[in-house]
Amino acid sequence: MAEYIIETAKGKWEVVVGLEIHCQIISQSKIFSGASTEFGDDPNINVSFVDAGMPGMLPTLNMQCVHQAVKTGLGLNAKINKYSEFSRKNYFYADLPSGYQITQFRFPIVGEGSIRIDLSDGSSKIIGIERMHIEQDAGKSIHDLSPHKSFIDLNRAGVGLMEIVTKPDFRAPEEAGAFLRKLRSILRYLGTCDGNMDEGSMRCDVNVSVRPYGSDELRTRCEMKNVNSVKFVMQAIENEAKRHIEVYENGGTICQETRQFDPVTGQTKVMRKKEFAHDYRYFPEPDLPPLVLSDEYINQIKKEMIELPDAKKQRFVETLGLTPYDAAVLCENKEVADFFEKAAAGHDAKKVANWMMSDFFAMLNKKKLDIRQSPVSAENLGKLVELISKEVISGKIAKDVFEIMSETGDNPEKIVEEKGLKQVTDTGAIEAIIEQVIASNPDNVAAYKNGKTNLAGWFVGQTLKMSQGKANPAIVNKLVKEKLDN
Amino acid sequence: MAIDNETVKRVAFLSRLKIEDSKIEAAKEEFNKILNWVEELNEVNTDEVEPLISVNETTLRLREDKVTDGNYQEAILANAPDKEYDYFAVPKVVE
Repeated sequence: MAEYIIETAKGKWEVVVGLEIHCQIISQSKIFSGASTEFGDDPNINVSFVDAGMPGMLPTLNMQCVHQAVKTGLGLNAKINKYSEFSRKNYFYADLPSGYQITQFRFPIVGEGSIRIDLSDGSSKIIGIERMHIEQDAGKSIHDLSPHKSFIDLNRAGVGLMEIVTKPDFRAPEEAGAFLRKLRSILRYLGTCDGNMDEGSMRCDVNVSVRPYGSDELRTRCEMKNVNSVKFVMQAIENEAKRHIEVYENGGTICQETRQFDPVTGQTKVMRKKEFAHDYRYFPEPDLPPLVLSDEYINQIKKEMIELPDAKKQRFVETLGLTPYDAAVLCENKEVADFFEKAAAGHDAKKVANWMMSDFFAMLNKKKLDIRQSPVSAENLGKLVELISKEVISGKIAKDVFEIMSETGDNPEKIVEEKGLKQVTDTGAIEAIIEQVIASNPDNVAAYKNGKTNLAGWFVGQTLKMSQGKANPAIVNKLVKEKLDN
Repeated sequence: MAIDNETVKRVAFLSRLKIEDSKIEAAKEEFNKILNWVEELNEVNTDEVEPLISVNETTLRLREDKVTDGNYQEAILANAPDKEYDYFAVPKVVE
C-alpha cells in the first residue's frame, strides 16, 4: 500500500505498531470454575468461590476453553504447542480477588502464526502473530455509581480469555484497522469469540513507537490500554505517533509508560510509568500441572476447521467469477457469505453479488435488519436474478418486484405472475404500441426524418412507458429504428 | 545476592505489607538469611536437568464445559467489608 509517512519541517518519520488483543472465549462456564459466563446478569450472581478468590479453592481447567484456543490458533495459521504451562501474574487491584491472574507466560498454548490483511488500495500484507495464550478475565469496576466508592462486579472474573500478541508489523493506522476487522471476522467464523469491541468481548492494547523513515531501529514504545473500537485504535496510533515525533524533534525522550486513550479528545494521557508499576513476579501456577495435548487431539480439531474468509474469498473469485472487492465484502461475515452462496446456487453468481451489494444491503440498512432477519430469502433473491437472466422481467421491473418482496417476503415468480409484470418480448405486441406512438406524434416523426435522429430515444421512452415498463428494451430499440427508418 | 533496605521496601509495597521503618533492618536480615539458605542449592549441578514445575507427576485433568457453580450472591458478598447494590464497594480506584 501507499506508505504512511509523517512529514514535518524537520524530517520524515514512520510508525511501528504492535497490538495485543484480549478475546473472550465463547464457552458456557468459566475457564477455571463452573460458574456461568452469561453477560448482563445481576452483579455477583455468576460467581463461584473460586472466582471470588476464597482460600483453599482450586482451579480446574475447562476443556472447551482449550478446544476454542486450539481452534483459534489453527485459524491464525499458528503453531499449536503440545506443551503449555500456567503461571501466576501478581498484582493488586480490586477487581482481582486472589491478587494474581492465572495466565500463561513462558509456554503459551499457541506459538507463531500470521494473518493476511486486505488494504483499501487492493494490496494485502501479512501480519505476524507472536503468540497466543489463555488466561482468566478480571471482574468489572464501576466508578460512576458513587462519588466516593468504586463498585466491583465479579461476574466477568474468571471468564476465559485468549490474548493474541502480534509482531510489531504495522506501519500505518489503516493496517491495524484492517487487522482487527480480519481477526474479528476469523473469530466469528470459528465461533470462538463474538468479537464485539463495544461490549468488551474483544479489547485491544496498542503499542506505538516511531522512528526516522528508512531506519530499522526500534525506539521506546508506549502502550494504550483497552482502546475499544477499530476507529479509536487508528486514531490512537495517529495521535500517539504525532506526540512522539514532537517530543523527539524538541530534543526530548519518550519513557516507556502506559497511557490512556480518551475517545472524546482523541488524545492520550499517561496512566502509569511502566518500570515501577509493572512487577508481576510471574511464577508457575502450583495448582495446575502443565497442559499436554496429543497429536490426535490437535488433528481432531483440524478436521473440524471450516473454510475461513480468505479461502472463501479466493474460491468466490476463482470459481464464481466475483471481483476481489465484492468477494471480500461478502466473505467478511459468515452469515452473509452463506446467504450469498445459497442465493447464487444455480444462478448467475455475479448478478446475485451485484444485487446483494446494492439493493439488498440497502434494504437491510434501511430496515435496520440483520441478514438473518431478512424478509427476502436467499432462494427468492436467486429466483429474482433468474427471472432477469431469462428475460422474464427487465432490470427495471425487477427493482419494483424486489421492493414488493422486501415488504411481503413473497416469491418473485408469484409477484410477477399476479401483478402481470412479465416482460413483453412478443414483437407483434410491441410493434402495435410503436405504431400507436408514431401515429399520435406526426411532428416528431417528421423532425426525425429531417435529421433529428436522436429523437429515436424519445420514441423508445414513449413505447416503454406505454407498455408500463414491460416491453423488452432491446427489442423496442430495434423495432423503433426499423419503423422510423421505413 | 544481598538484599538492601530499598528492596525490602519495594517487596513490601508490591505485597501490600506495611513494615514500620524500625523493622526494616530486621526484615532485611531475615530476607538475606532465607536467600542464603536457598542459595546453598546452587552447589548442586543442575545442567541438563529440566526445572521441576510440580511434584505431582500428573498431567492436567480437564473439566466439562457445564455450568455447575455460582448463583449464590449472598454467600459471595457475605464477607465483604462493604457492599452496595449487590456490588463489592471499595475505596474509589480511578487511575
